[in-house]
Amino acid sequence: MTSTDSQPFLSIKDLKVHFSTEDGTVKAVDGLSFDLARGRTLGIVGESGSGKSVTNLTILGLHNPDTTTIEGSIELDGDELNGASDRTLEKLRGNKMAMIFQDALASLSPYHTIGTQIGEVYRKHTGASKKAARERAIEMLRRVGIPQPDRRVDNYPHEFSGGMRQRAMIAMALVCDPKLLIADEPTTALDVTVQAQIMDLLKDLQQEFGTSIIFITHDLGVIADIADDVLVMYGGRCVERGPKEEVLRSPQHPYTWGLLGSMPSLDGPVDVPLNPIPGSPPSLLNPPTGCRFHPRCAFASEVEGNRCATERPLLQIEDGRGNACHLSDGQRREFLADLAASKAI
Amino acid sequence: MSDTTPLLDVSGLTKHFPIKGGFPIRRTVGAVQAVDGLDFQVAEGESLGLVGESGCGKSTTGRLITRLMEPTAGTISYRGQDITHAGRKALAPIRSEIQMIFQDPYASLNPRHTVGKIIAGPMEINGIEPPGGREKRVRELLEIVGLNPEHFNRFPHEFSGGQRQRIGVARALALNPKLIVADEPVSALDVSIQAQVVNLLQKVQRELGIAFVFIAHDLAIVRHFSQRVAVMYLGKIVEIGDRDDLYNNPRHPYTRALLSAVPEATVDDTPRERIRLVGDVPSPIDPPSGCRFRTRCWKATEKCATEAPPLAQAEGNKAGHLTACHYPETQEIIPVTGLSKTPQEAV
Repeated sequence: MTSTDSQPFLSIKDLKVHFSTEDGTVKAVDGLSFDLARGRTLGIVGESGSGKSVTNLTILGLHNPDTTTIEGSIELDGDELNGASDRTLEKLRGNKMAMIFQDALASLSPYHTIGTQIGEVYRKHTGASKKAARERAIEMLRRVGIPQPDRRVDNYPHEFSGGMRQRAMIAMALVCDPKLLIADEPTTALDVTVQAQIMDLLKDLQQEFGTSIIFITHDLGVIADIADDVLVMYGGRCVERGPKEEVLRSPQHPYTWGLLGSMPSLDGPVDVPLNPIPGSPPSLLNPPTGCRFHPRCAFASEVEGNRCATERPLLQIEDGRGNACHLSDGQRREFLADLAASKAI
Repeated sequence: MSDTTPLLDVSGLTKHFPIKGGFPIRRTVGAVQAVDGLDFQVAEGESLGLVGESGCGKSTTGRLITRLMEPTAGTISYRGQDITHAGRKALAPIRSEIQMIFQDPYASLNPRHTVGKIIAGPMEINGIEPPGGREKRVRELLEIVGLNPEHFNRFPHEFSGGQRQRIGVARALALNPKLIVADEPVSALDVSIQAQVVNLLQKVQRELGIAFVFIAHDLAIVRHFSQRVAVMYLGKIVEIGDRDDLYNNPRHPYTRALLSAVPEATVDDTPRERIRLVGDVPSPIDPPSGCRFRTRCWKATEKCATEAPPLAQAEGNKAGHLTACHYPETQEIIPVTGLSKTPQEAV
């Protein structure tokens, strides 16, 4: 550990990621800030197009530099990543930070054995011999719970099942003992029983390695299981942030209320309709003014002077907890109590 | 027709897909046993949920019911009439009563046709001229599914995913069906849009009295939508019963494991029961002998390997709650602290 523990391990400040396309500029991420401490898990929730994946591809420097403009600061363990050279980023990727993707089959090369692919990362960053890399690959496969790793290491991806491929991806991501692991919907394509296995595995490995994890998902249930802190994204911005328990017990932003109201539970009432959010997510080519959620928000009319449509609500964070909404704290408590009373959340 | 005749009666339904191989003469070398001996009924106006993990045969079942596929064995009766191998002519009047809603709202609408033409399609094919004309009916349908009736001239690409799924619903409703088979109708949609579509389907089911076979992998959504639920594993129904019986008192170990694996968006102080299955679903080409779940089951014994458990009413079950297990679970689901069940190390 090079820096003091009081300093966040990853610090993102006012990140803006804009893509220029034929139709205009897409503001995929528009002023996002968050910190991540060592050994913690941050869950990022949001729907398609909320900017959650773009944020993380940007952290890793995997954007297309020709069409992307990035403003703001991404600081990893004291190093600024925005504007860093390709060589610097290449050294960090797979070594200090690593990523696992949703579609394990598409992310593994079909022409190379699992062992070669895991070993490749290790050899690149440590300069180890082929033999040592193979040993390491077997060791990693054992760690992620692949049976008979000394035989499986010579298999090709198609010989693995979906859950095993995702395990192999995790082995590959952790082979150099990274300090930051970004997991982009790693369990979305898996069945629930396999999803549960993979989440248990990630939790165990985090304990063992002390890795910081950014876990991207659209499923608040997954967040409740794995995250320490939650960041809710909408239209390229953070609308609410806080420790998992607080966000799930007393959510503050109307969008989070809507997400929770949209999800049926295993023990909730069945004969009442769900409480969906009206409308659809905004186009980021031409996003709504003011609060990006205001056209779909049932409470926008409660704020005086049409401020929701004209003025961007700032994210106010105190002790890691806060939201970006014009409602007053009193209004918020009142509406949340109403929603809870009508079992809408 | 008496009231006791179920709308849909499926018995011994089986679908095996042959695997061809060998050289130079290709012959059948095996079969994917996608669906293997299903028995279930759907009553009029009722919603039956089919849940299970990928490869369990739930979608194949949907396609067999709608006769998009020819079953290998078994019978399908619709209102007491055997339609298992009914030909085009015999099926024609029934086709309009059984409709389907598909998973992918992008692939299931023809991009070259206007919404009006898509929704009027079923009427055109069946030569139905509703009172007031087809356009009036299309507008009505658009209104029912919550779209602007003025949009009948637009093309699918002008709509969002959720709106497209509404168009799919409108098309399924066009012929006043009695039964709709919905195959993962919301799983391609965003969470906030899912709820809109689920509400719409629920409204349609109640107000128009349409029976549903609701196929999904999301246990919470199935519970919300279906009065009765069947859990499938590797081509077989392992448990079927009323919603409350099945979710509160699951008797099959697989149902129990499946329920315990669902992540819930709550932070309870008392953790829920956790059962973690080991390994993956075996291949349907060569399913395990006896009970197909036995390779991942923590209770499996010699008997499970030799004898397939019949789908029957286990002791203590309510009527209509059937479980296919030699050693059904006895404990109701309650959040248990510190309970852990570790299945024996499966291969």
